[in-house]
Formats: sequence, structure tokens, C-alpha cells
Amino acid sequence: MSDMNLTLHIWRQAKGTAAGAMKTYQVKGISEHASFLEMLDVLNEQLQEKGEEPVAFDSDCREGICGMCSLVINGRPHGPDAGTTTCQLHMRRFKNGDEIYVEPFRAGAFPVVRDLCVDRKAFDDIVAAGGYVTANVGSAPDANAVPIPKEQADRAFDAAACIGCGACVAACPNSSAMLFTAAKVAHLAHLPQGQPERLRRVKAMVTAMDAAGFGNCSNHYECEAACPKGISKDYIALMNRDYAKSVFVAKDAKAGSDGAG
Amino acid sequence: MSWFVSYVRSSVGAKQLMAVTGLGLVLFAIVHMIGHLGMFSGRNSYNAYAHFLQGLGGLKWIARGGLLTIFVVHMLTGISLARANAAARPQKYVVQRYTRTTFYARTMALTGLVVLAFIVYHLMHFTLGWIQPDYFHHLDDKGRYDAYSMFVLGFKNTGILISYLVAVTLLCLHLAHGAGSWLQSLGLNHPKYEVITKNAGPALALILIAGYLAPPLGVAFNLIKL
Repeated sequence: MSDMNLTLHIWRQAKGTAAGAMKTYQVKGISEHASFLEMLDVLNEQLQEKGEEPVAFDSDCREGICGMCSLVINGRPHGPDAGTTTCQLHMRRFKNGDEIYVEPFRAGAFPVVRDLCVDRKAFDDIVAAGGYVTANVGSAPDANAVPIPKEQADRAFDAAACIGCGACVAACPNSSAMLFTAAKVAHLAHLPQGQPERLRRVKAMVTAMDAAGFGNCSNHYECEAACPKGISKDYIALMNRDYAKSVFVAKDAKAGSDGAG
Repeated sequence: MSWFVSYVRSSVGAKQLMAVTGLGLVLFAIVHMIGHLGMFSGRNSYNAYAHFLQGLGGLKWIARGGLLTIFVVHMLTGISLARANAAARPQKYVVQRYTRTTFYARTMALTGLVVLAFIVYHLMHFTLGWIQPDYFHHLDDKGRYDAYSMFVLGFKNTGILISYLVAVTLLCLHLAHGAGSWLQSLGLNHPKYEVITKNAGPALALILIAGYLAPPLGVAFNLIKL
């Protein structure tokens, strides 16, 4: 085991309205056991000792489940490993002397707040548009009170594994949010509780997604490759299908009425 | 009809419009290819096929109108999507590494525009007869319009042959993505036929490139003669 010296090229931007640029830093003595975020913590300590502004980046749980960390590392959201968030990426993945490019998730709908932090509120708007059931279900029901076939439950869970980090948008050549929206649509579309509002939901969520200024899907599937939770592009097909149904089949042409079709 | 306008202006609706119009164009491309493979069956049957198409009268104009409409819709929707997608990432990455997409999927707008230019040229050449007007008015011994000799004489010209080879290759790159992508856009996916959704584009592109290049290369290598 040996410690690493690295050259970092990091996007610095004082605030959303300011112009940003890549800036180069040297970090020395990084343990291969450190996580990528711990490496940035070391850099920030160095910067603070020198009286410089530390690099702002998002993180919270640091165990791969909260969806807060982001970063495009050497051109890939969450770095080079499949199925891994940035906080779970470790420095043993790099070599002594490596040059590493660190940029924020790029999309017009994800404006930079500062340095590597972006505002992912657009995702909240998509969920707020319909990513729930409106029935008041009270407290958590007993397990298996509503019988759901295992295959359906598994598919719902696979979709619900989405942590809303935005890597799909960051990876997409078009900055499309289709995979995120599809995961949220598909999660409820596979459960009985989601059926009555299924078509109304997909229409409302796609409309919110478009309004937020994301790009359009052209089936590159970079989103699926970048997703730390392995959300399948098949959910996008399901959303496309349900959206067409909501337009051509559902009987609620007027907004506000039930979209059960 | 406002519901339809908002449908085709939505991201999902626009890509489904691309899928449906693209599928129509792919079907035309297949029929067009099969028709021209008739060059290998000789002057008589090829001219008979051309004569049959010309004799369709009103039906021919309905087909042309329909084809033109879906072509224009496909083109305009494609251009507007490409512009919106470029605008959706105002600040580009310094380093961006792709892992899944293909070069032909990422150059759809470019190959599409080149194919558009080629199709205009192609119509000026073989439909309007502006490029080689001398070859455009031959009649065969049965008094029919001699499409066979126009084809052979046209592709004897090396410049035309090369431009055609390049354009057909670009068209097939366009279809290598598009001819499979429409299934996903329309939500037609299932493990049962995943082998089709995954491979339809590249497979169809290979079939079309072979089918489209065979007759002109046949002329170039003297397998098809006057």
C-alpha cells in the first residue's frame, strides 16, 4: 500500500450567477483506502490552511443511499465504477500521479449553486406533480395486508431503488430526466395502490419534467449505465407506453378528473 | 385537437412522433430497396415495375404526398428536438466519457441532415431528371420509359457512384439507431422479443446497405449492362 499524489482539475464557481472555470490543485499523501469525498475533505483542509475557499460539494449519508453526492469524475457521473455513488468510490481505483477532472452535474435544469453543488429542485417538482397516491392511507399497514405477487413487488422495488441523485441527467447526452421520472412512475405503476391514478400521474409527471427544461430522450441509455442503483431503461419504455395511453386511451381529457382510463 | 398539439409537443409525444414517422420512412426504404434489386432481373422486368408505378395515377400522388408529409414532420421534429437537447446543457463538460451509446446514435442529427440533402439531390436526379437530362427520356423497345438504361448510365459516372455510396452509408448509420429505437419510444419492449429490440437497427442497416449498394456496384463491375 502506498499513498498517492494526485493532480485535480476542479470546477470553481463562486455562485450561480458568476462565471466558473476549471482550477488545478495538487494533493499529496492520499490513502488508497480513502473515499473520493474524503480525498476532497483532505484537499479542503489544505485549502483552508492556506486561507483559500474550500471546494463546495454535496454529501450526506456517505453510504450510498441518500442521493446527495454527485460529481462528474473524469467524464462519468459518480466516477468510473458501475453501480456506485461518488461517496462509495475509493481512491484505490486511481493510481499515484493520476490527473482527475471533477465537474458538477451539468444540465440547464440543474443550475450550479456553488462549485460542484447543483440545485436538483427540478426533481422535487416532478415528484410533487404526481409521484404519490392521493388516498390517505394512515399509518404503515401490516406486511402483506395487500397481496402483491412477488414479481410485481420486485419490479416496483427495483424502480423504487432510485435515490434521485440525478446521475441519469448528468450522463445523458441530452440532459434528459427520463430515467428518474420513469423510475418514479414505474414504482407506483407496479403496485395496486398506484393503479387508480396511474395515467393521470404519468401525464402530470411528464408535463412537470418538460416544464423544468430537461432535454428529450433519444435512447442512448447512458442513464442506465451511469445509474448507481441500476435502474433499467425498460421503465422508460413503460412510461412511454403509459403516457401514450394517458393521451389516447384515458377518458379524462379534462385536467383534474380521474385518470384511471 | 389541442390535446394532440400538446401531446406532440411533450418530450414523450415528440419522440413517439419521431418513431412513427421514422417507421414509415424505414418501410419505404425497404420497399424502395426491393424495387431496385429488380435491376438484377433485367431491363424488361425493371421497366415493367417502373411502368406499373407510373401508371398508379392518383394512388401514386397520394403515396408521394403521404411520404413527403411524414418526411417533413420527421425532419422538423428532429431538428427541433436536436436544438432543444443542445440547449438543455448550456455549459458543456470539459471531459465527458460515454460508455453505452454509439457513434451513430450521437450523430443522428448530422446523418439526418446529410440524408436530407442527398434525397433532394436524388429526386433532382432520378425523379425530376435535372442532373443527367440526356439519360432521362429514353424509351425501351416496348415504348415504355427506360428506367433501366437511366440507372445504368447514371451509375457509370464515378462521381455519382461515389456520392451514392457515401449517402447510403450515412443513411444506414442513421437507421442503425433509428430502426430499433422506435420500439423503445413507443414502449414496445418485452423480454420475449428483446433480441429484436436490441438488434433490429444494426441488422436492418446491414441488410439495407447491402441491398442498396448491390445494383450500383453491379453496374460498376459490369454485372448489370445496358
